[in-house]
Order: sequence, then C-alpha cells, then structure tokens
Amino acid sequence: MATALIYKVFLASAILVISLVVAMYSTLIERKVAAFIQDRLGPSRAGPWGLLQPLADGIKLFFKEEFMPNTADKFLYILGPALTMFVALLTSAVIPWGPDITIGGNVFPLQVADINIGILYILAILSIGVYGIMIGGWASNNKYGLLGAIRASSQMISYELAMSLAIIAIVMMTGSLSMREIVSQQQGFHWNVFYQPLGFLIFLVCAFAETNRSPFDLPECETELVGGYHTEYSSMKLGFYLFAEYINMFISGAVMATLFFGGYHFPYIDQLGLSQNAFAFVSFLVLFAKITFFGFIFMWIRWTLPRFRFDQLMRMGWKMLIPLAILNILVTGAVILVKF
Amino acid sequence: MGSYSNRSKIVSRKKMNLWELIYLPAVFKGMWITLKHIFRRPATVKYPEVKREFSEIYRGLHVLKRDDEGRERCTACGLCAVACPAEAITMVAAERKPGEENLYREEKYAAVYEINMLRCIFCGLCEEACPKEAIFLTKRTVASEYTRDKFIYGKDILLEPADPDKRIDITKRLTPEVIEFKKDKNAKHNE
Repeated sequence: MATALIYKVFLASAILVISLVVAMYSTLIERKVAAFIQDRLGPSRAGPWGLLQPLADGIKLFFKEEFMPNTADKFLYILGPALTMFVALLTSAVIPWGPDITIGGNVFPLQVADINIGILYILAILSIGVYGIMIGGWASNNKYGLLGAIRASSQMISYELAMSLAIIAIVMMTGSLSMREIVSQQQGFHWNVFYQPLGFLIFLVCAFAETNRSPFDLPECETELVGGYHTEYSSMKLGFYLFAEYINMFISGAVMATLFFGGYHFPYIDQLGLSQNAFAFVSFLVLFAKITFFGFIFMWIRWTLPRFRFDQLMRMGWKMLIPLAILNILVTGAVILVKF
Repeated sequence: MGSYSNRSKIVSRKKMNLWELIYLPAVFKGMWITLKHIFRRPATVKYPEVKREFSEIYRGLHVLKRDDEGRERCTACGLCAVACPAEAITMVAAERKPGEENLYREEKYAAVYEINMLRCIFCGLCEEACPKEAIFLTKRTVASEYTRDKFIYGKDILLEPADPDKRIDITKRLTPEVIEFKKDKNAKHNE
C-alpha cells in the first residue's frame, strides 16, 4: 500500500514536471513555427537555436512588476490565474501514459488514477477551466477584461456541447467511460479516428475553441480587446495564464491521441520483443510523438487562419457542429444496431 | 450616390455556398500554403555576424574629398547646398591665407561644412551639383545616436584623412553613366 502511494506521488510529480517543461518549451516551438511559416528564423540568440529562451522568459516574468489595479477585487484577482493553472494541470491525472511497468515484482500502471468515469472527469474539469478566465476577467474591473471573460464563457458553453456529443459516439462504440479501457480497445491499428472521422473533426475544432487558440482566440483578441481577460495582469500572474494555455494544448493533444489515435498504441511495437519496461517506455514515446504532432497542428492552424467573427463562431458552434455531432451519434447508433 | 473615381469597386455580399460554408477546403488550402513556407529559406540576415551586402554604388554617408596632394577640394561655392532638396547642407566660406596653399586647393574654402544627417535624404544631388568633385556619397552608413545634435556632421567626420592610405575610395560611384554626365561640365580647373 505504501509503495503504491509513493509511486503515485512520484508519478504525479513526474507528470507535473513534464507538463510544465513541455509548456515552457511549447512557447519556444510556437515562436519557431511562427517564424518558419513567415520565412523568419525565430528566437536564436539565447543559447543554440534559442534553447534558453523559455528560461529567459520565465526569469523575466518573475522579475516584472506585480501590478494590481486599485479597483480590482484583490482575492478574485489572484484566484483567477491560480485556478486556471490548477485546473489545467488536473486533467492529466486520468490520461494513461503507457502500459504497466514492473519494478521489483510489483506492477504499476502508468496512469495516476484509473477512474471508471475518466471521460466525464475530463469534461468536468475542462468546464471548470473557464472559471479561471471568467473570474480573472471580471475581478480586474476592466471593460476589456470583462468582455474577454464574457466571450470566453459563451464560447466554452457553445463548444463544450458539441465536444461532449462527439465523445458520446466514442463511448457508444467502446461501451466504457474509462480512458484505459478506450485505449486498450484501440490496440494495433484499430484507432477510433478510422471509425469516427467526423467525431474526430468535431472534437478537434472544439479543442481549439476550448483552449482559446486561434482561430477561436476571441477572449484574448488583441485587435479588439487589448489583451482580453488578461489585460490587467502582469508578471507571473500573466505568466500563469499564458502557461495554462500551453498546458491545455498539451493535455488536449493527449486527450485527442488517447480517444482517437490509439493512445500509446502503435502497430507492431508489441512484436519487437522488448522487455515489459522498455515496451512501456517506447509506448510512452509513441504517445508523446502523437501529442507533439497535435501540438504542431495547433500552432500550424494558429499561424494560418485569421480569427472568426463572433457571430460566425456562434453560428458554427450551434448550427453546424452540434447538428453534425448529433447526426454522428445517430449514424453510430444505427451501425451498432445493424452490426450486433 | 455617384462614383468619384474610376477605381471604386462594387462590394460583393453574396451568400457563401455549401462548399465555402464548411470552411474546411479553404482551411486546407491555407495550411498547404503555410506548409510550403516552412520549407522555404528564411529571409533573415543574422545581422552582427552576417552583414547584408551593399550595392557598389550605394548612397550612404558623404565624404569631402582631397586632391592628390592632400588639399581640400571644396571651394565653398554653395552649389550643393542649393541643389539639396532637403536643405541639409550649410557652410561658412573663408579666404585662404598665404602659407595655406598646401591645405586648400582654391583661394576660397569652407571653414565650416555641416550636413544634418536627419534631414539628408541621400539622393546624391549634392554630388551631382559639385563642380569640384569634392563631395561624394559612399557605402558607409550613418551611425545611430541618442540626441539630435549629434547628427549634424561637421568637417571632422565628413572630410577624408590626408594620409594617402586612408583615403575613401569613390571610384565605384564613377559609373560610365556618371563619367558621361560629368564630361559636359566645365571642369578645366579640376585637371
């Protein structure tokens, strides 16, 4: 019991550190991708290929002035970024990062918590995520902050529906809400994306909206709202908001890989004759490669598409994605009925 | 309301058809374009290590030339100041004293010669106007400063060193077209 507890604490800390480091370096990769897309070089001064740039940015953010507006609600103003960061880090608990590993005869799963309602947990946490933005935008007592917060909440509500409906089709296919169960059913090349391409597309679009990434970055929207919900934030409080966005990107990449792209499965790596721990490690690398791929897609889209107008955003959410998701559920149900 | 110019365009407000309405074809088109750009060579010049090459006839910081014996060529006629469209050039003329023949080529010289580099547009008309072949634009650039008064360059910066090894080379500015142009000038006392 004690070893299991120590192991869980160790795993949770490892995942926390990995998420933070990935978020840090996503900022660099994002700038590099943006630069390459625009025929530039990107940051290249701090260390070779700018590898120390995230470190320099972090130090800079810590040393910036902690500014708090006079009229802000002090408690909520601090709660906003803290909540955003906290919630962003919570989701990683139910993601299966790899198959079981064995240390000294004990079998440990590479997953912090294999709860049987994993998907519901993710959806629930994601919807709490908007609270951080709403509270922060409202507490800073700034019209742009408030507008950003309102936009964020309405956008989240609109796209969460379609997202959940897209997942329902997956749940209908696998018959389970557990993330581990869903992954194990996609062994080999039986990835859900081949059976649910429309569901994946809907989920992808909603993931963009949920993480407030372009083309759905209306809550920040520099051109209209200065900085949106984080207009009044500075120093590491701003840093938390920005980091949380990248952590969210990382996590939604992981969720997409888990739900639609077979998680840590890849054809034929189980036939390489690796020992169990090496196999677990390779599987983890496979999952990580898939997450990186999705991270790249996120950035690629951001530097390609202009922002949607708000009415377009709403029309797309309510009039296109939700009917499509319902249609997807109906077709999936019909196919299951006919097949079994 | 009538049209005020022939360049006005009628704004199209047509409804999007289904193909455009699902956005995806346009999205993939855009992604294909950006993907192509990722593999393109970046246009960036890494400045302090790599310097962008200037044209041989680049019009940069001016130089006041000396003749072969090291005497200042400028005679303070003021034609450059008159030609200057930005009115950047001012000068104060002085008379050459006996014993100064090794310093100044003509009997009159510029005691003060100033160019305001913030006004200068580097058009090269001063060079074109000069009857004495005394002023030229060079490949050098004007350095940045913190205050405006530092941009008023006097003879201490503009005049080339008398040392023959440290002269500023302007032969590249004398393209065949320039020589052809200068041929018609009355330049007898330049010879």
